[in-house]
Amino acid sequence: MAIIVFIAFVVLVVGLSFYLGRKAKSSSGYYAAGGRIHWGVNGIAFAGDYLSAASFLGICGLIATVGYDGFLYSIGYLAGWVVALFVVAEPLKKLGKYTFTDAVDANYNSRGIKLTAAISTLIVSLCYLIPQMVGAGVLVEPLLGIPHAWGVIMVGVIVITIVATAGMASTTYVQFLKGGLLIIFSTILVWTVMNRGLSTQPDQGGKVPFYQYAQVPASITDGKIQSDELEILEQVEVSSGLTFVLANYQGQENWWHAIETDDTLMLQESQSVAIKPEGKWINGAPESETNKLRQVGNLEQIRGEKQVETGSLSMVNFLASITDKNTTVRTWKNSSFNDAAGDKVTVYYSSDVPGDRYMRPGLKFKVEGTLLERLDFFSLMLALFLGTAALPHILIRYYTVPSPASARKSTIVAIGAIGFFYILTLFMGLGAIANGVMNPADSNMAAPLLARSFGELLFAIISAIAFATVLGTVSGLIVAASGAVAHDLFDRYLQIKMDDRQKVTAGKISAFVIGGIAIILGILFKGMNVSFLVGLAFAVAASANLPAIVMLLFWKKTTARGIAASIIVGIVVSLGLIAFSPELYSLYGLNPLEAPVPISNPGLISIPLSFITLVVVSLLTQKKGTRVLSTPN
Amino acid sequence: MLHEPAKPVKKDPAGPYKQRLGIWMFLLYALFYAGFVAINLLNPEVMGTIVFAGLNLATVYGFALIIAALIEALIYNAMCHKKETELEEKPEGKA
Repeated sequence: MAIIVFIAFVVLVVGLSFYLGRKAKSSSGYYAAGGRIHWGVNGIAFAGDYLSAASFLGICGLIATVGYDGFLYSIGYLAGWVVALFVVAEPLKKLGKYTFTDAVDANYNSRGIKLTAAISTLIVSLCYLIPQMVGAGVLVEPLLGIPHAWGVIMVGVIVITIVATAGMASTTYVQFLKGGLLIIFSTILVWTVMNRGLSTQPDQGGKVPFYQYAQVPASITDGKIQSDELEILEQVEVSSGLTFVLANYQGQENWWHAIETDDTLMLQESQSVAIKPEGKWINGAPESETNKLRQVGNLEQIRGEKQVETGSLSMVNFLASITDKNTTVRTWKNSSFNDAAGDKVTVYYSSDVPGDRYMRPGLKFKVEGTLLERLDFFSLMLALFLGTAALPHILIRYYTVPSPASARKSTIVAIGAIGFFYILTLFMGLGAIANGVMNPADSNMAAPLLARSFGELLFAIISAIAFATVLGTVSGLIVAASGAVAHDLFDRYLQIKMDDRQKVTAGKISAFVIGGIAIILGILFKGMNVSFLVGLAFAVAASANLPAIVMLLFWKKTTARGIAASIIVGIVVSLGLIAFSPELYSLYGLNPLEAPVPISNPGLISIPLSFITLVVVSLLTQKKGTRVLSTPN
Repeated sequence: MLHEPAKPVKKDPAGPYKQRLGIWMFLLYALFYAGFVAINLLNPEVMGTIVFAGLNLATVYGFALIIAALIEALIYNAMCHKKETELEEKPEGKA
C-alpha cells in the first residue's frame, strides 16, 4: 500500500514537471515561472517551500523527544515571516528579477556584490539542502526498505529531473500541491490523535501490544552494583551519574540503566544495539525481522493516575492533560560506549519527565543553565526570527507573482497556512510520544510513525506527502542555487555571452551539478536532527544576506563595498563558528566539551558583526560605491 | 484562469506609507517576540504558570505569537490596500 501511494505521488509530480516543462523555454519562465503565478497559489507554494523536512519531520521529532523546546522552532520559523512581510516582500519584488543577487545589486551594478551574493546564495542553499537530503534518506529507508544512501540518491535524481524539466514553474506547482496536501492530511492526523485520546499503556489501536519495561531493586557495595533478581555480568559508568549494567534476565543478556535516588537504587530495563564482529545485535540477540528496536514513548501517569485511558479529547484538554504536574512523560535518551569485549554499544534508556516540566522550555535549551547556555538559546531565537527573510529559495518566490501587491498578499496566505501547520506540529509531536510510536534511534520519523499507528493508508499518504515535502523544498533550493551559478555568476559576473535558450541550458546543467553535491552531503550528514541543521542554515542566511537587504532598503549611505564586505563577513564568521561548535565536534567524533566555540548557534555573534561591517565599510567607501539608482518607492 | 499577466513594476505612490507602516508593525511584533525570549531567559519558571484552561504560559504565549502574526498581517494588508485605492483614485495625492 505504502509503496503504491508513494510511486503514484512520484509519477504525478514528475508528470506535472514534464507537462509544465513545455512552458518554460525562456529564462523568465525557468527562473521565475514567467512572473505570472496567482498570489493565492504562490502563498500555498510558499508554505510548500517553507514546510520542509525540518518542519514536518524534524520539529515533530524534537517535540516528541524534548517537549516544548521543539515547538520553539515552530514559533521562531513563523515569526520570521513577519520580517519577510513587513520589511522585505514588496521592496524585493520591485528591485529584483530572478535571483536574490538581482535585488541586492539593483542599485549598484557592482561586480563585488554579484560575486559575493551569488556565493552566499549557493552556500545558504547547500546548508539548507543537507537536512532535506538527510530527511529524504530517513523517510525512504523504512518506507521502501532501502538503505539511507539509496534513498538520498533516489531523491536527488527525481529532484534534478523536476528542476531540469521546468525550473520554477514545475517547482511552484509541486510546492502548491504538496503544501496543500500537507496541511490537509496533518489536520486529519491531529483529528485522529484527539479522537483516540491518551492512555498510559498505548497499544497503537490494538496493533502493537504495550511493552512494560521491567524495573528491579538493586544495591551498591564498594562501587559494584548487585541485584537479587538479575545476574550482573558487566558494569559501565559512562559519566558521572550515568551507569549501565549488562545483566542476564530471564535467559537474555541486555543492558539496564541504574537509577539512583536519595535512598534507593533501581535497575531499569533498556534497549541496546551492539555492533559485534558477527553483525548487529539488538537487545541481546542478533538483529532480524522479528528482533528490532521496539517503538517507545508513553505517559507513565495522566493527572496522577497510573492506568487510565481518557478516550476522545478536545485539543485544549489534550494539551492540559500533558501539561498537568501529575502527568509523567516517558521520554528516551541514548548513550554509546565500548563494552568489555571492545564492541560498540548504544543503550536507549527511558527518562521520566513531569508534564509541567516537559511542556515548558528547558529540556534541550538550557534556559536555566549558565550564561553561555542562555546566550545559545537567544542566538537561536534571533537567527530563526531574522533568517526567513534572507533565505534565497524563499526570496526568489517573490519574482513569480505579477506585482508587489501580489507579493504582499501571497506572504499573508503563507503566514496563515504555515502558522496553522505549526500549531498542528505541537499536537503531532506530543501525539507521537504519547502513543508509543517513537523510533528510539531516530526522532525524525515521529509524524509518519504516528500516522502508521492509525493504519497503513494514512501512513502511506503521510509518508508520500513527507517525501513530496522533501522533493518540493529541494527543488526550490536547487532552482535558487542554479540561478546563482548560471544567472548571477556566468551571465552577470563573468558576462559570458549566452542567448536566452543557452541561459536556460546553463541553469539546467547547474541544477545537475548542485543536485549531485546535495546527494553526497545528504549521505555524509546521516543521523543529525534535520531541524537543528536547518536552524544553522537560518543563521548563515541571517548573517550573510539580511544585513545587506535591510541596510540597502533603509540606510542611504550603504555602498556596494559595504554590502559585499558584510556578506563575506556573515558567511565566514557564521560558518567558522558552526565548524568549531560543540554539535559539529560531536559529528567529527571529537569531544564536544573541547570545542573552541562554546555555543552551537552562531547568529548572536555573526549577525551583528555583519551589520557592523556593512556600516563601517560603507562609511569608509562613500565616494567609491555610490548608488546608480534610488531605492524604489 | 487563475493567472494574471506579468506586469512591469511601476512607481508606487503608496510606497513610503507602506514602508513606514511595515516598520511600525514589525517593531510591534518584534517587541512581542522579544518579551517571549526575555521571559525564557530571565525567569523561565514563569513559563510553567497555568494561565488558561490548564494550559501554561509557554503554550499560550507560543500560540499567541503565531496567531498575532496572522492578525497583524491582515491588518497591514487592509491598511495598505486602503491607501493604494485612495491614491489610485487621487493620483496627485501624497502618501
